[in-house]
Amino acid sequence: MTTRTTWIWQFVLVPLAGIFLFPLLWMFSTALKPVDQAMRMPPTWIPKAYYAPLDGVRMRVVPRGTNAVAGVIVATADNRLFVPDADFHAGRVRIIRTLRGAIVTNLVAAQLIKTVPPGFVHVLEDVDQTSMAAQRRWDYVAPALLETRTELAWRNFLAAMRVIPFARYTLNTLILCLLCVVGTTLSNSLIAYGFARVEWPGRDFYFALTLATMMVPFPVTMIALYGVFKSMHLVGTWYPLWLPAFFGGAFNIFLLRQFYMTIPQDLTDAARIDGCSEWQIFWRVIVPLSKPALAVVALFQFMGTWNDFMGPLLYLNDQSKFTLALGLQFFQSQSGGTEWHLLMAASTLMLLPILVLFFFTQKQFIQGIATTGMKG
Amino acid sequence: MTRRTRRALRIGLLFTAPWSIGLLAFVLYPVLASLYHSFCDYSVFRTAVWIGFDNYRELLRDEVFWKTIWNTGIFALAAIPLGIVVAVALAMLLNTKSHGMVVYRTIFFIPSLVPMVTLAMLWMWIFNGSYGILNYGLNGVLRLLHLPFEAPGWLLDPHWAKPALVLMGMWGCGNAIVIFLAGLQDIPVSLYEAAEIDGASRWQKTIHVTLPMLSPVIYFNVIMGIIGTFQVFAVPYIMTGGGPQRATLFYAMYIFQTAFEDLRMGYASAQAVILFLIILACTYLATRVMRKHVHYGGV
Repeated sequence: MTTRTTWIWQFVLVPLAGIFLFPLLWMFSTALKPVDQAMRMPPTWIPKAYYAPLDGVRMRVVPRGTNAVAGVIVATADNRLFVPDADFHAGRVRIIRTLRGAIVTNLVAAQLIKTVPPGFVHVLEDVDQTSMAAQRRWDYVAPALLETRTELAWRNFLAAMRVIPFARYTLNTLILCLLCVVGTTLSNSLIAYGFARVEWPGRDFYFALTLATMMVPFPVTMIALYGVFKSMHLVGTWYPLWLPAFFGGAFNIFLLRQFYMTIPQDLTDAARIDGCSEWQIFWRVIVPLSKPALAVVALFQFMGTWNDFMGPLLYLNDQSKFTLALGLQFFQSQSGGTEWHLLMAASTLMLLPILVLFFFTQKQFIQGIATTGMKG
Repeated sequence: MTRRTRRALRIGLLFTAPWSIGLLAFVLYPVLASLYHSFCDYSVFRTAVWIGFDNYRELLRDEVFWKTIWNTGIFALAAIPLGIVVAVALAMLLNTKSHGMVVYRTIFFIPSLVPMVTLAMLWMWIFNGSYGILNYGLNGVLRLLHLPFEAPGWLLDPHWAKPALVLMGMWGCGNAIVIFLAGLQDIPVSLYEAAEIDGASRWQKTIHVTLPMLSPVIYFNVIMGIIGTFQVFAVPYIMTGGGPQRATLFYAMYIFQTAFEDLRMGYASAQAVILFLIILACTYLATRVMRKHVHYGGV
């Protein structure tokens, strides 16, 4: 293809890239909004913060629209309220409410605090999720006093980490990830060596059998495995989630074997002549040369464990042992899907380590996927 | 057996020993146990009682079971081809060697990195009926065109819940893009040059060179797609719990429900055995079909 025509593709690529980026950008945007803006229609992209003086102190507020008619703010014996001008006469305010289905009109003594011309903005003190119980202050202020500025609600992340035991779940997940990564790299590198670099009777049949197990879907083994762990009294512990990693898996065996096969036989022959044992060849020659492939295996295992939802769902029942994936879902199912700003903040926090990891290991990532996907 | 082969055998068995244990404990035993339990009335809290083919007979009459097969089948038929078409198309675009390809590749790939739980949360928010950004946009477009439709309720609508999941799946096709892109880059330039000498247009080159050369990779993705679809669990479990009206109750979810919510593990094992057979059959069928149409390059 000539370079003259390739720029045309930008017209296709730019919108497509926009579509692919959109959901994530929307997640970040929601995560950084105060709750009232997250749930506002029409939606906005840029999180805003509003400031206005309340009782003489400038603070963050939630605007609640403007008043159409002139009114007053008055204080009655037990309350402070806003009433239209028509309902306020000579120190008395008419309060209309429904009592047992009948409309009751009361005249109550009230003291005038402030007159409110039409077009003033009703503002409400912006309180954090956690101090909901406190009475929120409010006022009507002139539009000029209401200051709007772009401000990202980073506090959502702190709130999300408080509402969900985030530190605990992250630590749990990281411990599990570490165990699984160590187990997978150790076991599979050994096993693959046995399949790739040593020729023994029955090896090829065994390898074919190993590959065939890739076709066994997890739901098929799930129930019986649960039974096994149950009989060992390990349900409710982390063992079922990391122990199997120490015994290899067909996919990683295959991946590493393919890599080992590319290492020249001469190298190991030379080592053998020098009197190296098979273990030394493995440990001193093959493993150091296979670092890129081992990195791919470790990376995918980390992602898999970080992601895993079904395993923890099956085996964990004690909240203090939950992983991030399970904990986040637990919070979502408890909150009934109302606190979207916190959910998006927590989801962002869960994605972030993976993104960071990806940007540092991009090459291994792409190569790993490409090779495993191609040679099947 | 000579001494050398005996030694090799010993070393080979030693290195593969962890896997021998893993294979037995975590694959072969569970598969055989599932097979056995499928003929039993069983839950982990009681001993299994042999009941012959009762579980399988019940499966035949179980409407929910057939519904899950239907759901999974329809979902696979929509999601796999669509996903492959999108991924191949994007991979071809990325292969045009236009400017900024590294950036575009990263952008298309990132969604497939998103953890499943995050993915589920994010798309629940996007599909949300009252505050969802998708329907806000859709309704805006519909109004603009003066069309008398309302945007669907997506996850709340039995007819739209599956399409919603398919749409979401297409967003995460980055893995497949990378695989196809690698496949495209493996196609020898000489083939295109030969086609050009024969006067082939760009379209003809795509149909007669690119796609046939890519067919082994496509085949591999179809097989993995089928196996994957029958294991779909986490995302619909979180997003819909199988609803509305069981429209998103997929096969693996029903096994989970039967085994761990109804605690009928014998019955669930029978479902698992059928699942295994379905996957074997699909793999076999795909192999048969593809054998005719897949071109393995590289003489």
